[in-house]
Amino acid sequence: MTQELTPNLLIVGGTILNPQTGSATPADICIENGTITEIGAKLDRKGKAIYDATDKFISIGWMDMHVHFREPGYEHKETIVTGSRAAAFGGFTAVACMPNTNPPIHTRDVVEFIIERAEKTPVDVYPIACVSKNRAGESLAEMADLAAGGAVAFSDDGSPVQNSGLMRHALEYSSMLNIPIINHEEDLSLGTKGHMHEGEVSTRLGLPGISGLSEEIMIARDILLAEYTGGHVHVAHISTAKGVDQVREAKKRGINITTEVCPHHFAITDALVESSGYHTNTKMHPPLRPQSDIDGIKRGLADGTIDAICTDHAPHASFEKEVEYIAAPFGILGLETAWGLTGRELVSEGVLSVSEAVYKLSIAPREILHLAVPEIKVGQKANLTVFDATTEWVFSANDIKSKSTNTPFVGSKMVGKAWAIYNKGFFVNNG
Amino acid sequence: MEPTTDQNQTGLDHRHLLGLSDFSAREIHLILETARRFRDVLDRPIRRVPTLRGITVVNLFFESSTRTRISFELAEKRLSADTVNFSASGSSVSKGESLKDTAQNIEAMKIDMVVVRHESPGAPHFLTQCVDAVVINAGDGAHEHPTQALLDMLTISDRFGKLNGLNISIIGDILHSRVARSNIHGLLTMGANVTICGPKPLLPVHLDKITGAGKLRITNRLDEALEGCDVAMALRIQMERQGKSLFPSTREYHEQFGIQMHHLQHHKDLVVMHPGPVNRGVELASEVVDHERALILNQVTNGVAVRMSVLYLLSGQTVTE
Repeated sequence: MTQELTPNLLIVGGTILNPQTGSATPADICIENGTITEIGAKLDRKGKAIYDATDKFISIGWMDMHVHFREPGYEHKETIVTGSRAAAFGGFTAVACMPNTNPPIHTRDVVEFIIERAEKTPVDVYPIACVSKNRAGESLAEMADLAAGGAVAFSDDGSPVQNSGLMRHALEYSSMLNIPIINHEEDLSLGTKGHMHEGEVSTRLGLPGISGLSEEIMIARDILLAEYTGGHVHVAHISTAKGVDQVREAKKRGINITTEVCPHHFAITDALVESSGYHTNTKMHPPLRPQSDIDGIKRGLADGTIDAICTDHAPHASFEKEVEYIAAPFGILGLETAWGLTGRELVSEGVLSVSEAVYKLSIAPREILHLAVPEIKVGQKANLTVFDATTEWVFSANDIKSKSTNTPFVGSKMVGKAWAIYNKGFFVNNG
Repeated sequence: MEPTTDQNQTGLDHRHLLGLSDFSAREIHLILETARRFRDVLDRPIRRVPTLRGITVVNLFFESSTRTRISFELAEKRLSADTVNFSASGSSVSKGESLKDTAQNIEAMKIDMVVVRHESPGAPHFLTQCVDAVVINAGDGAHEHPTQALLDMLTISDRFGKLNGLNISIIGDILHSRVARSNIHGLLTMGANVTICGPKPLLPVHLDKITGAGKLRITNRLDEALEGCDVAMALRIQMERQGKSLFPSTREYHEQFGIQMHHLQHHKDLVVMHPGPVNRGVELASEVVDHERALILNQVTNGVAVRMSVLYLLSGQTVTE
């Protein structure tokens, strides 16, 4: 993996994929001073730095709208610099980072700190600010000021907005700013002491469970609140089939609701907790669910109920994860394996076309967050991802670019690889 | 007399005892038969054999336990093993040293076997990844408590001469019970018919799925559980759980699910067991605890023998004396 400021670059031999239209057009792309200056067949190569993208697609840069970069406060797990490295390896040129930092992103200065920190990385980092002060779920954070500082959404992620009254007012207030509330959907009274999905496996393992019910009841509440207030609810990391069904019905009724799913929730099941011998890299929130939920998630992806694919990239240091199951923190890495799992589970299986999958990884998150969608067009800043959907490879420990290593996917087969990104004048080559 | 190994028996297929869910009938039978031979040792004037001389066993108890810890310790001493006790309450996080560090530090002092009791399900599995020693699960959260189920099976087969075909009801708080899970696996493997009984909030919703469809009979009525039943195993109710949302009171629990004298009078062959400690007047009426058909003290005696058997079989020693 190399990362260098490369203001001038000629990308040759690739096929430009437009996820909006599904069109795939072979063309070279000439970049000068970070801006696209020419697109066309067989551009003049003389004196130019060349990247050969033969047999690869080029799309607008991808965005992961749900990551935890841990800075400020938990730099031993991840920093904005190391998280951006993981993002670039995964093919992402943009991320939105969650506010469960220390201090949390609940004041404007923290928002601005993160944006400034990300300036010298190849990745655009958009802060998501807290719904409530200190993420305590009691009183609203200064949403307008946070938005003015650059916050693109509000969330108390990691914790749900448990108080229905606060959620109502958060939706009312944020709708004035045209900014979504991203809720971690969980009724804590139905699973606060749980460590994995409540089902056959948790019963055999004796681990306290988190039922799908706790997510579904909260989604039902938020649908009603979104309908009543007109606010925009974005359901974070949806994980159950019934939850997907509820969002589908709500969308049919015209309610302002969107949702996202993480690759681990369609790639692996709760059976892995048992087969791994209680390995703590199988512990995340929401928990791994059974196959019936994966089937529902795939239906929701195919019919468009699920708008975006995100990772919930949640680094934790080894010493924090190498403990007994109930003492381990929730969360796994996601950026490095997102596309390989999407290719393996969705594209190879015919759930989504390459173009549809890329849409959920590029246009959809930016539309949900009301961000400008980059274009591959002469005169535009180059913001690109180079990838294919067919390379089969095995994810290894060397492929982890995050500061932490908490992934259950070392040794797993991946289908499809992100080969390079170009953004902010940086060229990151994963080849 | 020392335990001897038959020519055609090759010992256990497992290196550790983490749970009974994947132990075969042959292995369970071997443990019980070996325990019977060790029980003879317990009746001698000098209750000690040199079987595990030179073997060091550490008892790692992260949860308070009196009888299980004493039972293991006695079993180790009867076998002439060197024993070390480590007790600490709370998880690694509150304790300030991780389970991994604790285990590796103790192992660095050269030990052969670890007996572990921990509040986290899977803690013994985790230990097997941290240390080379043989690990014996002495109870991990609500997962398994295999030596308890083994001593229960030994007690039952002493009484009935068999396990196969017996009707056994496990009554009470299944949700939080490692004893129930180990007994379910062990008893089904040995061919017993198992009925589970308790108030609905204390029965896991997905209980019927854990052993394969249709193998468990589940009821919320004590009279149904006791009909045609050979052995009623009552489980301990944690007193701190009453009055929350799981069940209203121990008074109501005793009315609905407590085994009382009239049950023993009505079911003339029924025997009663309990892993202890008993809450008299809750799971069992006080007179039931003291009744001749209560096998609770037999269970305790068998506990030492079963643990001697497990320690011996897992120690990998062949008897040469």
